[in-house]
Amino acid sequence: MDAWEELVTAALLGTDRRPPAPPAGEDGPGGGGGTRAAAGSGAVVDAPAALLDAAALHTVRRRAGLLPGPAAASPEPAPADGRRPLPGPARRRLGLLLAGRSAPAPSGGRRGVTPDLAELLPQWLAVANEHGYKAPASALPALLDAARARTDLRPQALAFAGPRGLWLAGLNPEWKFALRAGRAGVTLPDAGDGEAVRGLWEEGLFAERIALLAAVRAADPAAGLALLRSTWTTERAEDRLMFLDSLRDGLSGADEEFLEEALGDRGRNVRSTAAELLSALPASALAGRMAGRAASCVSLDRTEGAAAIVVEAPHECDAGMLRDGVAPAPPAGRGQRSWWLGQLVEAAPLSCWPARFGGRAPEEILSLPVADDWRGELHAAWCRAAVRQRDVPWSRALLGPPAAPPATGPGTSSLAERAKLLSILPDGERADWVAGFVAAHGLSEAFQLLGVCAVPWAEPLGAAVIDALDIARDAGSYPWSFSGVMGLAERCLSPEAGGQLESLAAQPAAPEEASPGAGGYWSEAFRRLLSTLRLRASMHAELAGRPSGEPVG
Amino acid sequence: MRWTADQVLALAPDDASRRAGSKLGTAGPWSGTGSGDGAVWGLCRGSGSTPYRTVVDLTGPGYRCSCPSRKFPCKHALGLLLLWSGGEPAAGSSEVPGWAGQWLEQRRGRAAASNARGTAGGPDAPADPEAARRRAGRRAARITAGTEELERRLADVLRGGLAAAERSGYGPWEETAARMVDAQAPGLAQRVRELGSIPGSGPGWPVRLLEECALTHLLDRAWLSVDRLPDPLAATVRTRIGLPAPADGTPVRDHWLVLAQYDSSEGRLTTRRIWLHGRTSGRTALLLSFGAAGRAPELALPVGVVIDAAVTPRPGAGAPRADLDTRFSAPAPLDAPPPGGSVGEALSVYGSALRDDPWLESWPVTLAEVVPIPTDHGWQLADAVGGESLPLSGPALARPGLWRLAALSGGRPVTVFGECGHRGFTPLAAWSADAPGETVPLH
Repeated sequence: MDAWEELVTAALLGTDRRPPAPPAGEDGPGGGGGTRAAAGSGAVVDAPAALLDAAALHTVRRRAGLLPGPAAASPEPAPADGRRPLPGPARRRLGLLLAGRSAPAPSGGRRGVTPDLAELLPQWLAVANEHGYKAPASALPALLDAARARTDLRPQALAFAGPRGLWLAGLNPEWKFALRAGRAGVTLPDAGDGEAVRGLWEEGLFAERIALLAAVRAADPAAGLALLRSTWTTERAEDRLMFLDSLRDGLSGADEEFLEEALGDRGRNVRSTAAELLSALPASALAGRMAGRAASCVSLDRTEGAAAIVVEAPHECDAGMLRDGVAPAPPAGRGQRSWWLGQLVEAAPLSCWPARFGGRAPEEILSLPVADDWRGELHAAWCRAAVRQRDVPWSRALLGPPAAPPATGPGTSSLAERAKLLSILPDGERADWVAGFVAAHGLSEAFQLLGVCAVPWAEPLGAAVIDALDIARDAGSYPWSFSGVMGLAERCLSPEAGGQLESLAAQPAAPEEASPGAGGYWSEAFRRLLSTLRLRASMHAELAGRPSGEPVG
Repeated sequence: MRWTADQVLALAPDDASRRAGSKLGTAGPWSGTGSGDGAVWGLCRGSGSTPYRTVVDLTGPGYRCSCPSRKFPCKHALGLLLLWSGGEPAAGSSEVPGWAGQWLEQRRGRAAASNARGTAGGPDAPADPEAARRRAGRRAARITAGTEELERRLADVLRGGLAAAERSGYGPWEETAARMVDAQAPGLAQRVRELGSIPGSGPGWPVRLLEECALTHLLDRAWLSVDRLPDPLAATVRTRIGLPAPADGTPVRDHWLVLAQYDSSEGRLTTRRIWLHGRTSGRTALLLSFGAAGRAPELALPVGVVIDAAVTPRPGAGAPRADLDTRFSAPAPLDAPPPGGSVGEALSVYGSALRDDPWLESWPVTLAEVVPIPTDHGWQLADAVGGESLPLSGPALARPGLWRLAALSGGRPVTVFGECGHRGFTPLAAWSADAPGETVPLH
């Protein structure tokens, strides 16, 4: 036992029980018993002081003599990031947005006139990424924390964080999500470097392998598929599913053979995903088989004079249908036969229908009466097919005119389905359609539809939304009845809409008695909208490297 | 130069103000804003009919707002500074309005007057030196009685054993700490409170408790013979006991780089530490300021700027404590970090400083060309060449600044300023080679 341990032991037990060793330096080996005797009765009073003296000496000596330790192995440095650094004002803005991130949204309807910074962060990130800036290193932890808290931020935040963000995430278990999702940051070998590709494919992390597959496929679809085939049977079921799902980008007829094989996969989800992908290839054999089955169920009936559609739903789900991905068991509350019919029509290529209905165009087909209450079922299946096959004419026809009352539209009365159909239409047409819908039906049902429009909103759409808000105010509503749309407008209105808003924000809270306080709340809401638009304009200017604070509207 | 949002937010007295200030940092509620002559001003629309009038004197910084908030700076001042940090309003964008100009003039007039007084050394001198001497004598006697009592308490603890002291809990320590407050020895009271918390501090506590008991004992003994100690050491002992030491050194005018600013709270008292590095003198100075009862300390400097100012060192050979005197201009941007050394040099600097002040926990140093490295037992800072390292201290490992440091480094050498001591290194600010003018705060 060395002198210091001796002191600690004595201190723990107490000098009454364990008189201390003499001061360090006079201590000789084997002197234990003798020294204790020497510290006997006469010295007992001073024993604690002697111990503390010795301990003080030791403590200061140890601290003064501290030496460096050996260095551990350095981590592999973060890969270089060739993107441009942010301009100063944009850098400061990012600091503000990340600092405002943690501010909780106030409960209740009233939010004052200040913009919600957390809502602007996604947009800021998107624009920064478009400009090709790299994230400032010191902002990476806050950025990763923000992405951890909000999954909707992740793709943009991780892209912005870049290779260094991914490197950092590898050191902190709290940021593991970035390694799973971080396709942006992986450094991939050249797609033509067969050996390196092979190596990464066999030893890489899952995220790296997914990214590698995408890269190789982009350069040479056949090589990508060959890579996937090479290990397909040894992959875990959930990995097979993810790999298969990643084929969605750049799907082509060349993938058909592989997907056909996957129809016989062990995993049920793998099979159904393969079937879904095949049905999105209108020329595939599966699509052809489904077209045959669907056509045998849906036909044109002329016997009653005017043409009408007659539906005869399948009576069984045979082995062929099962193999082609039809799910045999309906969810609770749905009939088996209509469930099977829906899946057949959804997976059949839309191109097979004009021939089936005497050369009619989609609009004409949709306007045909349908016998025996099958209309809803049939149209809903066509909606799903249009979305899956990204078919613009069918989507347009299924949506019908925007001003038509929602319940009587040709395709579907479900807003979620409509939002999906809208997302197939070109940007401009989409905005016009939603503008027409808002003008005809107001804002109360428009939220989902507004969400699929391109940002910033095109002029007619922005104008329609602002008009509708103004009308809602005149009707005596409170602004928080529209807080969802308001929030969207803050993020999506074009800064040019500021001019139209200016007069609304300034409008005095005159008919105060009409709806208690509503006028003031509306003016506040419009002022907040306006200040958010100004802030977004500054954000864009800063990121573009222009001086900020430019006039808006 | 404009401060960054981080620099502004570091001035906030608490999290709630930080959040409230962030929300006001946009043009929305503001009107009549302007900046120039080292100040920013504006009108902020609140819930009432008249907007609040907010002015910030950037050379202080000092704040003035007509709002009723007792926070300092208030959310309006923070919001205004954030707005300004975001590029609005443009410098020299308008005339200083009367209400702002008046306050600025008064404030700057007062500052000039107090500086003049400070250099003359006049009114601060006690009116009756004889009475002051008698008061000092009475206090010294009380402290002496206090140290003797503390010695008896330590002796009792050591006689019965630390293991027994652990079982008796915090109560007896709390009682002794209260006695030290009565004895007008706040330094000893603080020490005793820390002794009481050591048994609950995790594995290895007996060693730590013995070390700290021993150093407290050393301080008691030093006080009891303070008259026979050499002057600098005697001054250190008085400061450690908790006797106020007036700043009576020669003021040092220099371009001081603001390295770090951080607060810690002990009960109701908030202590703010600001580390400065003198460009020409090479000195490092610590400014301490205090805020009682939930108020933030008044002195606040934005980290990462250079101020042209005079600083008066306080006596006490060990601590590099000083007072900020005259500031000659508004803060300027920094171009390069302070010069630094290796981890071995940092430890030997700390070791040498212990000669003058054996109670030193740590010493301010700048490490150049070091790489933060994660290990199984926490993180270390290692020389980029030379293979030597220092562990990061426990508190440093628990702070978000650790990850900013790692991010800034990216596995490559950086310059790091911090406190180097027997518990390891606590990083407070860092600079990368890519952006040597950007100070990244790590607290």
